Amino acid sequence: MSSETMALSPHAVETQSLAERLHGWATTVDHKRIGVMYIGFALIFLVIGGIEAIIMRIQLALPNNDFVSPQVFNRMFTMHGTTMIFFVAMPIMFGFGNYTVPLLVGTRDMAFPRLNAFSFWLTAFGALLMYFSFVGGFGLYGAGSAPDVGWFAYAPLTSKVFSPGHSSDFWSLGLIVSGFGSIGTSVNMITTIVCSRCPGMTLNKMPLFAWMNIVMSGMVLFAISPLTAAQIMISLDRYLGAHFFDTQAGGSAVIWMHFFWIFGHPEVYILIIPSFGFISEIVPVFSRKPIFGYPIMVGATVAIGFISFSVWAHHMFTVGMNSWGNTFFAITTMAVGVPTGIKIFNWLGTIWGGKIQFKTPMLFSLAFLFQFLIAGLTGIMLSSTPFNWQLSGSYFVVAHFHYVIVGGILFAVFGGFYYWYPKITGKMLSERLGKLHFWLFVIGFHLTFDFMHIPGLLGMPRRIYTYEAGRGWEIWNQIVSVGALFQGVAVLIFVFNMIWSYWKGKDAGCDPWDAWTLEWTTTSPPPEYNFATIPTVHSSRPLWDLKHPEDPDWKYE
Amino acid sequence: MSSTTLTPPLTPPPIETPWVLPSRGKVGMFSLIAAESAIFTIFVVAYVFYIGKSISGPTPREVLELPIFNTVCLLSSSLTIHFALGALKKGNRAVFTAFWALTIALGAIFLFGTAREWHHLIYDKGLTIQTNLFGTTYYSLVGLHAFHVTVGLFGLSLVLAFALLGWVKQEHYGRVDVLSLYWHFVDVVWIVVFFVVYVAGR
Repeated sequence: MSSETMALSPHAVETQSLAERLHGWATTVDHKRIGVMYIGFALIFLVIGGIEAIIMRIQLALPNNDFVSPQVFNRMFTMHGTTMIFFVAMPIMFGFGNYTVPLLVGTRDMAFPRLNAFSFWLTAFGALLMYFSFVGGFGLYGAGSAPDVGWFAYAPLTSKVFSPGHSSDFWSLGLIVSGFGSIGTSVNMITTIVCSRCPGMTLNKMPLFAWMNIVMSGMVLFAISPLTAAQIMISLDRYLGAHFFDTQAGGSAVIWMHFFWIFGHPEVYILIIPSFGFISEIVPVFSRKPIFGYPIMVGATVAIGFISFSVWAHHMFTVGMNSWGNTFFAITTMAVGVPTGIKIFNWLGTIWGGKIQFKTPMLFSLAFLFQFLIAGLTGIMLSSTPFNWQLSGSYFVVAHFHYVIVGGILFAVFGGFYYWYPKITGKMLSERLGKLHFWLFVIGFHLTFDFMHIPGLLGMPRRIYTYEAGRGWEIWNQIVSVGALFQGVAVLIFVFNMIWSYWKGKDAGCDPWDAWTLEWTTTSPPPEYNFATIPTVHSSRPLWDLKHPEDPDWKYE
Repeated sequence: MSSTTLTPPLTPPPIETPWVLPSRGKVGMFSLIAAESAIFTIFVVAYVFYIGKSISGPTPREVLELPIFNTVCLLSSSLTIHFALGALKKGNRAVFTAFWALTIALGAIFLFGTAREWHHLIYDKGLTIQTNLFGTTYYSLVGLHAFHVTVGLFGLSLVLAFALLGWVKQEHYGRVDVLSLYWHFVDVVWIVVFFVVYVAGR
C-alpha cells in the first residue's frame, strides 16, 4: 500500500523501486498489509474457483453435453469446493479479521506479528501446493492430475488403489499446510482480542465484529485440528501403508466421514460467524441506531459455537445410523437454528425505526438477511431425517449450501468490502458501479440458486457430469447456468470497481460513513502504528461519545 | 437518543486502573494446547474405535508391556520443571539450570525408552504400522506423542543453552513459564495415551 508509507514520509514512495516494495510486502509483519494480502489472495482464488464453477455450469447447461470429460468434471467440482472453502472464504475472513480487529480493539498490531506473517504464508503456499497438482499430479502411474475425489474425499476414494498418482497427496498436504496457517492465525486472533484491548474496552464494550472473530477463532482451533489429524491419517495410509480407512484390513470408511464432518459442519459456522460480524457492524451504521440486543447477540454467537460441534452427523443420515443417532442429530440441527433466528430478529430490531441509508454495504446486508433466512429454512427442512433420506446427495442440498455460502457469506463479504474499502485504501468505491454489481449479483444469485432447488426435488443427483434429455431437468439447468453468467459479470464489475476506484475514486477521509467504532478515528489508510496515542473507551460506541459529548453512550450502558 | 438536558462537561466514569490484561504468552499457548488437544483427541478416538478390530495378530495383549519406568520418568519431569521455575522465580539461576537439565534428561530417557520399545516391537514381534489396525493406530498415536516430546525437548534444550550462556534471568520467568506449559501438556497427554493404549487397550 503505497499511500500507507506516504502517511509516514511523503517522499518514501518515489525513492522505492518495485523490488524494494515487493520485498516490503513479502517481509511485512504489519497486520494491515497481511490482511490486504489475505484478501488479495482470496480474491484471486475467488476468480479461479468461479471459473471452475462456470465450466461446470456450461457442461450442465444442456443434456448430453460433452464440453468437458467426466474426469475433468470431477476435478472441477473437487477443486471448486476445496478452493472456495479453504482458499477463498477462510482467507477472506482472516484477511478482514487481521485488518480490522486490531483497529477495532484499539491496538497497534496483532499479538504475535511474526506468527501472523508465517500463518499467511503457510496458507498461501498450501494453496499453491494444491494447485501445483494441475501440473505435478501425474505421479508415477501417469494417472490423475488435479484432485478428483470430491471436497469431502470419502474413503476409500483416497486410497492408493482408487487414487493412484499424487493428486490426493497434493490435496491432503495442501490442506495440512494451510490448516496449520489457519490454526496459527486463530491463536493470534484470540490472543490479540484477549490481551491487547485498549484501556476501558471491557468484553461487554467490545465491537461485535471482534466478538464474532474470537468465537470463530476458538472454533477453528477445535474444527481445523480434527481435519489436520484426519489428513495426517490419509497421508499415513498412502505413504506408509497404514490402514486407518482401509476396509480390506478391517478399517472403517465411515469413521473418515465422522472425522471429516466434525470439521466440516463447524466450518460452515466458522465462515458464517464472521459474516454475522460484518452485518452487525454495517446494519447499525446504516440504520443510524446502535445494535439491538448486544448481550443477546454475543450469547447467541457463543451458543452457535457450542451447538455447531454437535450436529455433524446430519451429513450422514443416509449412511445408516440407529434411530437414536438420527434423532439426536436432527434435534441438535434444529436447535442450532434457534440462536441463529435470534440474531435475525436482532438485526431486524436494529433496522426497525432507523433512518435507513440504502448505500451499497447496506443493500448487501439487507439481501443477506432475506437470503440467509431462506438458507436456514431449507437447512431446517434437511435436518428432518426422513426428508433428508429423500434429498441427500441431490441438487437440493447443493442449492441449500450455496444459499448459505453465496447468499449468506459472500453477500456479507461484499458488504464488508464496500464498508471497509475506504478505510483500507483511502478511496470510496463507486456507488453506481456498486449498485450495478449488487443488482446483477442479486439477479444472478436468485436465478442460479432458487432454481437449483427444483432439479434436486426432481431427483437430479449432485456431481453427475451430464444427464439425458426428457427428464424435465433441462430448463432448470439452463436457468441455473444463465444465472451463473450474471454472477460472473457482476464479480468482474466488482473487481473493476475496486481497481478503478483505487486510482479514480473519491477521497474517503477518516470517517466516510459517520460510524462509531475505533477504526474510523484514524486516517484512511491508517498509519503503520494505527493510533498515535492508544485510545481509551467508555462505551461500545467510542466515536459516538466523541461526536456527541453532550449525550454519550456511557451514560446508558 | 433524546438528550433531555444539555450538560456539556460530562466526565466519563474512570477506567479501572491499572488496565491489566492476561499475558499474551499464556493465552497463546493455551490456544495452541486447545488445538493440539483436538488433534490428539481424533487419534485417541481412532485408537479406541479400532481396539479389537484387527483381523490379524499380533494383539496388544501379546506384545505390549507396561512402560512403568518410562512413565515415571516423564511424569517426574513435570515436577522437575516446576522446581526449576520455582528457583528461577526466586532468582536462583544455578538451581534453575540444574533442574532444567534434569528435566531434559528425563525427557530424553523417555524418548529412548520409546525407541527401544519400537525396536523390540518391530524386530522381535514383527509389528509395524502396516501389520494390522493395532499397528496402524498404535504407532501413529504413540508416535504423535513422541513427536511432541521431541519438539518439547528441542525447545527445552534451547533454553538450557541460553541458561548455560547466562542469558536466562529472573525477568524471563514469564517466558520460560510459557514453555513449561507446553511440557506439562505433553505429560498430561501421556497419561491419556498410557491409559488408552497400555491399560484399556490391553
